[in-house]
Amino acid sequence: MTGLSTWDQFWYYFAHNGFFVLQQFTRHFLISVYGVLFAAIVGIPLGILIARRKKLSDTVIGIANVIQTIPSLAMLSIIMLGLGLGVNTVIATVFLYSLLPIIKNTYAGMQGVDANVLDSGRGMGMTKFQILYLIELPLSFSVIMGGIRNALVIAIGITAIGAFVGAGGLGDIIIRGTNATNGGAIILAGALPTALMTIISDLLLGFIQRKLSPQTSD
Amino acid sequence: MAKEEPLLILKDVSKIYKGGNAAISNINLTINKGDFICLIGTSGSGKTTTMRTLNRMIEPTSGEIIYKGQNIHKIDPVKLRKKIGYVIQNIGLIPHMNIYENVTIVPKLLKWPENKKQAKARELIKLVELPENFLERYPAELSGGQQQRIGVIRALAADQDLILMDEPFGALDPITREGLQELVKSLQEDLKKTIVFVTHDMDEALKLATNIVVMDEGKIVQAASPQELLRHPANEFVRKLIGEERMLQARADVTTAAQIMLKDPVSITLGRSLRSAIQLMRERRVDTLLVTDDEDHLKGYIDLESLALDSSNRRATSVSDILNTKIFRITTTTLIRNSADRILKQGLKYVPVVDQNNKLCGIVTRSALVDMVYDIIWGEKNDTAAPTSPALKQGGAQDA
Ligand SMILES: Nc1ncnc2c1ncn2[C@@H]1O[C@H](COP(=O)(O)OP(=O)(O)OP(=O)(O)O)[C@@H](O)[C@H]1O
Ligand SMILES: [Mg+2]
Repeated sequence: MTGLSTWDQFWYYFAHNGFFVLQQFTRHFLISVYGVLFAAIVGIPLGILIARRKKLSDTVIGIANVIQTIPSLAMLSIIMLGLGLGVNTVIATVFLYSLLPIIKNTYAGMQGVDANVLDSGRGMGMTKFQILYLIELPLSFSVIMGGIRNALVIAIGITAIGAFVGAGGLGDIIIRGTNATNGGAIILAGALPTALMTIISDLLLGFIQRKLSPQTSD
Repeated sequence: MAKEEPLLILKDVSKIYKGGNAAISNINLTINKGDFICLIGTSGSGKTTTMRTLNRMIEPTSGEIIYKGQNIHKIDPVKLRKKIGYVIQNIGLIPHMNIYENVTIVPKLLKWPENKKQAKARELIKLVELPENFLERYPAELSGGQQQRIGVIRALAADQDLILMDEPFGALDPITREGLQELVKSLQEDLKKTIVFVTHDMDEALKLATNIVVMDEGKIVQAASPQELLRHPANEFVRKLIGEERMLQARADVTTAAQIMLKDPVSITLGRSLRSAIQLMRERRVDTLLVTDDEDHLKGYIDLESLALDSSNRRATSVSDILNTKIFRITTTTLIRNSADRILKQGLKYVPVVDQNNKLCGIVTRSALVDMVYDIIWGEKNDTAAPTSPALKQGGAQDA
């Protein structure tokens, strides 16, 4: 293989291990999505809650901020102490890192809803729940989706590192590459799909965001 | 028929915020069906607070509010609000719903069938003279005035009979504003809606209200009809709020002869003798006497001059012999604004006031007019007019 350029080696690796790459790609993607999904399930209601109780907002966003500042490798190690090696540790880490963008954006989205619109909704006899799903959520949908997009981009990066705790994913291929002599092509075979995944999922979510955002004009 | 019970009664309603800051205190107010109530006052006087207690957007700290005989505290706020229209200054149309959806929000919450909602929306959009295809537009695609029209009809969509409006037209230009004022006035007059309307524009309140409630520092200073308010402002604050000029302008516009006339004018009947006429003049210290028949119908006047002329030949014996029938008269309902000019220009000392049947009711003296007209209405523009009027002093005798 020594006579081949890195690029040729890259294609060679792909041709022989395509299925494996695809497997890791899917695995990688699912780990990230699960983490973000759980974060959305927790973060969106939390964001709604702190938009209602302003006193809580500083504390909650403060905690999420602190989490964000911990280096991901350190975080993985800490969680590994509790959850051991494997996928769960990575999903938990992704979950924690995704919380901040999701909570923050949900909070901002809710804050951004025109107070007059809320007032007239309440004045017309909407229940709190009706105000939430008829007014607040549709109007903050776009901002919340922005948070989820952000979270997913971060998540894909963290999942790549997650290979260190034995979760698999494209990071696994990268590590193989670093361990092999002359493994540049293998590293690329892991890194390029990771980058591609980031770009595609961001574009895709952006598309969904635009499609599902409620119309405000024709 | 028994008097209909009031739509709303506020009894000693207060709202005290943390730190003892009373937004409103001891508000007592009765609102009848079909009333157009304008709450007016300076900023922070508690107008919005008062209005918002009516649909439980604000819960009073104490006192009670009775709506159609029921304490609103016992009515589920969500149910209550669906029965009460609500319009705010910033309109609050929901941006991601089109006009149709916006207008039919309350019907939707009330689960009306689709065809009923459709029919209602069409009926309402016609009411505000907007084309039907506007129903498909989004709020952002309408001008401010058009949006507020939608805001108003949205408050009618579920046939609410009470509508609360908080400075609904504050942000609109004068012409758009006028159109909308006419719209809400017609809602009250033609559709018999009851309207509670917050404003800080006195012209608007005077134009629209059947009752104006003036508020200051969380209390009601005066609650009265526009005419009553203009005629008898309760205190300096109300007077200031109305504005001297507007008050006087409006007063002249509505003041009738009956309101400023002196009752019990000095008069004599046709059949009386000249002797008694002279005696009466001396007693009452006047130089003219109005002459009536036995039923009080005004016939003319006699004055000292004709008496003096007659005294040389002494042919006349009764009042009717020297009666002067050419007399300018006004009726009780004559607006002072319309006749003041004539009275003043002709230099009359006074004019008799009669009712529709020509019965003498009183007199409007020149000095009463001068007081009212020159000093008050035109005094500011032409304040030298009154003192230089020579007829004033001569006519003064009639006032005694
Ligand atoms: N949530 C609140 N907490 C404390 N004080 C309040 C609150 N809301 C209103 N107030 C106070 O209550 C008073 C009355 O307010 P309100 O909004 O009824 O005034 P307003 O007559 O409508 O004035 P404006 O013409 O400016 O709208 C004000 O002094 C205001 O500062
Ligand atoms: Mg207000």
